[in-house]
Amino acid sequence: MNVLELKNISKSYGAIQALRDVSLAIEPGEVVGLMGDNGAGKSTLVKVIAGNFAPSSGDIFISDQRTVFHKPLDAQKAGVEVVYQDLAICNNMTAASNVFLGREPTRKIGPIKIVDYAFMRKRSAELFARLKSETRPRDLVHRMSGGQRQAVAIARTLLSDAKIVLMDEPTAAISVRQVAEVLNLIRQLSDHGIAVVLISHRMPDVFEVAHKVVVLRRGELVADKKASDSSPEEITGLITGAIETA
Amino acid sequence: MSDPTLADAINRSQHHGLIARITSQQIFWVFMAAVFACLALTILTDSFATERNLFNVTRNFAFVGIIALGMTAVIASGGIDLSVGSTLVISAMTVSVIMSAGMPFWVGCLAALSVSMLVGAINGVLIAYAKMPPFVVTLGMLSIARSLAMVLSDNKMIYEFGPDHDFLLWLGGGATFGLPHPLIILIILAVITAFAFRQLRWGQHLFAIGGNENAAVLTGIPVARIKVSVYMFSGLMAGIAGVLEVGWLGGVTTNLGQAMELTVIAAAVIGGANLAGGGGTAFGAVIGALLIEVIRNSLILLGISTFWQGTFVGAFIVIAVAFDRFRQEKT
Repeated sequence: MNVLELKNISKSYGAIQALRDVSLAIEPGEVVGLMGDNGAGKSTLVKVIAGNFAPSSGDIFISDQRTVFHKPLDAQKAGVEVVYQDLAICNNMTAASNVFLGREPTRKIGPIKIVDYAFMRKRSAELFARLKSETRPRDLVHRMSGGQRQAVAIARTLLSDAKIVLMDEPTAAISVRQVAEVLNLIRQLSDHGIAVVLISHRMPDVFEVAHKVVVLRRGELVADKKASDSSPEEITGLITGAIETA
Repeated sequence: MSDPTLADAINRSQHHGLIARITSQQIFWVFMAAVFACLALTILTDSFATERNLFNVTRNFAFVGIIALGMTAVIASGGIDLSVGSTLVISAMTVSVIMSAGMPFWVGCLAALSVSMLVGAINGVLIAYAKMPPFVVTLGMLSIARSLAMVLSDNKMIYEFGPDHDFLLWLGGGATFGLPHPLIILIILAVITAFAFRQLRWGQHLFAIGGNENAAVLTGIPVARIKVSVYMFSGLMAGIAGVLEVGWLGGVTTNLGQAMELTVIAAAVIGGANLAGGGGTAFGAVIGALLIEVIRNSLILLGISTFWQGTFVGAFIVIAVAFDRFRQEKT
């Protein structure tokens, strides 16, 4: 079974062809490194999967079911979660509040529904424990390390039974130690059977966690191979065009 | 809880003790400044700690405090409301015109509060749906609402309030258990606001919008609706203060509440509201308003020219914000 399958996805903006006949299959728990130079079509592909844009042609299958996303919420309901580059978290709030942002649980006191903080703290502590992160529910995100902030954003995706998590450059602007933390989080997701699409420019990070590497060049998929059968040198060649296809 | 490490994680927080947590708050030091000022005045003057003066102080600051509650909500959501002074006067005029025409208090009060919330709703819709900057929208409303109050009253002073005249004056100017009514209402509204900020999803969402509006949108928070409700809340608070202030003064002219928005914003900011959005408390708004009134009162009692008021209040705004700035850099 594939958790996500793309068949002949094309996307054009007027005369510009951003994606051309991209086909790709991802299994549960698989970590896919999506690589390519700036303008190769990585973000367009991610936005198609996340429901931000509809493809000009081609089909998307989620768990072998053909699916059409009209808006990001449709994709979210189908189990596609996105961890945005800026993580979409509020610095002024606690980790628990951020995990539950927009879907705060409530309990009733008479006619009034109040936010159930105790449940939020307990549930987010469980999620952080599952991710083997030391993030504490009561802490303000404001004072957290880059790795802990990632944990908060990732815990949010676990809250809603995600099948596939798209991560946009999660290791771009953080320290070496924190990169290791984020890569561990990705492994945790994978161990729980959640597929991860990791968009990154950083070759060592991709080779450290990815099962499979996919390369886009000028809107076309030029490589889709096991990380163990490839090498950073080969991928670099594919990205730049020094190597045609693999 | 069965898992001890999990329980530990849930209960632990960055601050170890209660004292450390309290002293790290800007509002704690502002509160201490207010207490210190009161103590100093009690010793330095024999007129401060008199029943008459304390009654005046508490009543005077209540109006600013009530509006500062609404302003804190607006500022915490990342906005600003410059129209509160004008909302106050249009509310005061509405209740006065209706009551002087012989209608009972409740009709006038209901109309005044509805008008105030309508003013807030118009602000909110223009800001949230038309995506116009809050500063510009509420600046326009500042001018419009005051002008409409002049149209409504023909710019005359109103001091006859029909059959419920005495009730209105009692409501704004009277006292129960020795506490002026505006102060009692301020305390009730502050408790409700604190509860709404902390315990309702509305509060969580408005602080999330102020903290990172983009994140609020991405996580599906109904940002536009919340923003409209926040400006309506601010309008309602200004409206309540307007009705009470008519009762206190026993008459109303259209220059009521002029430049009041600046005092209210100052109170909110001194009380810890973060103009960048995402921070502020109901308690802070009350303390901020109190401190401004104590400064004003102390200058009068100490025989210092009232021309100095602006300097002291202004200096306090800068000091309070600077303090917060330094504290954040330390951690």
